[in-house]
Amino acid sequence: MDTAAAAASAPEADTRREAIRVEDLHKSFGNLEVLKGVDLTAHQGDVVAIIGGSGSGKSTMLRCINFLETPSSGKIVIGGEEVAMRSDGSPANQKQIERIRTKLAMVFQQFNLWTHRTLLENVIEVPVHVLKVPKAEAVARAHELLNRVGLGGKEGTYPAYLSGGQQQRAAIARALAVDPSAMLFDEPTSALDPELVGEVLTVIRDLAAEGRTMLLVTHEMKFAREVANHVVYLYQGRIEEQGPPAEVFGNPQSDRLKQFLSSVA
Amino acid sequence: MISLKDLMQPHRVVMMLVFAGIVIWCAIALRWDWIPKYAPLALEGLWATVWILAVSTFLGFLLAVPLGLAQAVGPWYLSIPARTFCTIIRGTPLLLQIWLLYYGLGSLFPQFPWIRSSELWPYLRQAWPYAVLALTLSYAGYEGEVMRGAFSGVAKGQLEAAKSFGMPRFTMFRRIWLPQAVRNVLPTLGGETILQLKATPLVATITVMEIYAVSSRVRADTFIVYEPLLLLALVYMGIAGVISLAFRRLEKG
Repeated sequence: MDTAAAAASAPEADTRREAIRVEDLHKSFGNLEVLKGVDLTAHQGDVVAIIGGSGSGKSTMLRCINFLETPSSGKIVIGGEEVAMRSDGSPANQKQIERIRTKLAMVFQQFNLWTHRTLLENVIEVPVHVLKVPKAEAVARAHELLNRVGLGGKEGTYPAYLSGGQQQRAAIARALAVDPSAMLFDEPTSALDPELVGEVLTVIRDLAAEGRTMLLVTHEMKFAREVANHVVYLYQGRIEEQGPPAEVFGNPQSDRLKQFLSSVA
Repeated sequence: MISLKDLMQPHRVVMMLVFAGIVIWCAIALRWDWIPKYAPLALEGLWATVWILAVSTFLGFLLAVPLGLAQAVGPWYLSIPARTFCTIIRGTPLLLQIWLLYYGLGSLFPQFPWIRSSELWPYLRQAWPYAVLALTLSYAGYEGEVMRGAFSGVAKGQLEAAKSFGMPRFTMFRRIWLPQAVRNVLPTLGGETILQLKATPLVATITVMEIYAVSSRVRADTFIVYEPLLLLALVYMGIAGVISLAFRRLEKG
């Protein structure tokens, strides 16, 4: 039940460009082994939902992909380019990892908007100061993106004055501003009040519909089933089961997944 | 703003009358005839106080940033010297530091002919370089500790967000980390700058002619004691007021 099965269930996979590949990823914090060899491939346009109980390693896996966590061992290939790693798992080439990170936009559970900057400044920060896009161009694009996530008119507001849902939508606009080749969502709705979850999911659903490549760590099973074309179930640092959402949710094979699904339903 | 009606409350009127009475009494009963003679010297002294304060806090802050950063996240070979420096500065009296630099370095330098013949000698034989150096190191020591807390206090997620977008480390420091750290400790820095102002009279002990030294001179020349000290207190309060206003504006901006 690994890459072979994934390829079999998505026969068109070979013709699409590979976006993210993770091979035999291990990660330990001290003596605690959080990831025990994970393999995962996402092609362009894939929406991969990563589900699992708390402590299953799903956030750690996502954070290893852009090296916010240093993998203990394994291989990470982004857009066909392997990230050079030292023996301790840290990126060997700072320039390379910075370049790769600009193509992977991350959306965090706690939003992590820069608190000392307005929404507009948050959205143009990376385009202007990292990607060296002319400021006028970045500002025009930022207005567009903020409008798109329903925050038109809030450009001059500081994050502290916004609700969690608004902050998360702004964080998504910030992520879109770098024109990413893949987006990493780390439990984007887990820190939100229940009534604010919907507005964020609507934005993510739109992004999925326009064919963006996304890796989505989530607790929203219904949402995962609806937007993902591939679902990965992690259990204690290993992929226990994966496949198209209809199979994973509709006809789970392993007892652990069955138990997990019944506990969150 | 307080309206005129609020000002005319009986207890306020009484307070204002008492204050006006004190001012008028001070003006009439005390001796101020020395002022015209010493005004030029006092202005020079005021200027010396202001520029020594400005230069030492500016340079001190520039030193405090790396001192704080080294202590917050530096490797041991940077953090230990930085911590040692801050501990020594904070653990010894400023007066002692000023004297050690002035009488120590100041008497060491002339023993080297190459220093005496250097371009810097005309400056090194004066007192103010030692005063500025001592005050700078002192401010750096205290603010190094403040900045250590400020740098560690910036939420990890703020830096992670920058990192996750491929922001180079120096850009991240300049655009995210430093501004947030400074913003968090602006009120503290304002208070510390006022403390620094009130530490400047100590340099009068090594013959720097700042505003406190001028008031001492007036006392020594004329045997008038209280009037120069009263005026001196007003001057310090005025400067402290300007500093706190400036920091309040920075905090808002």
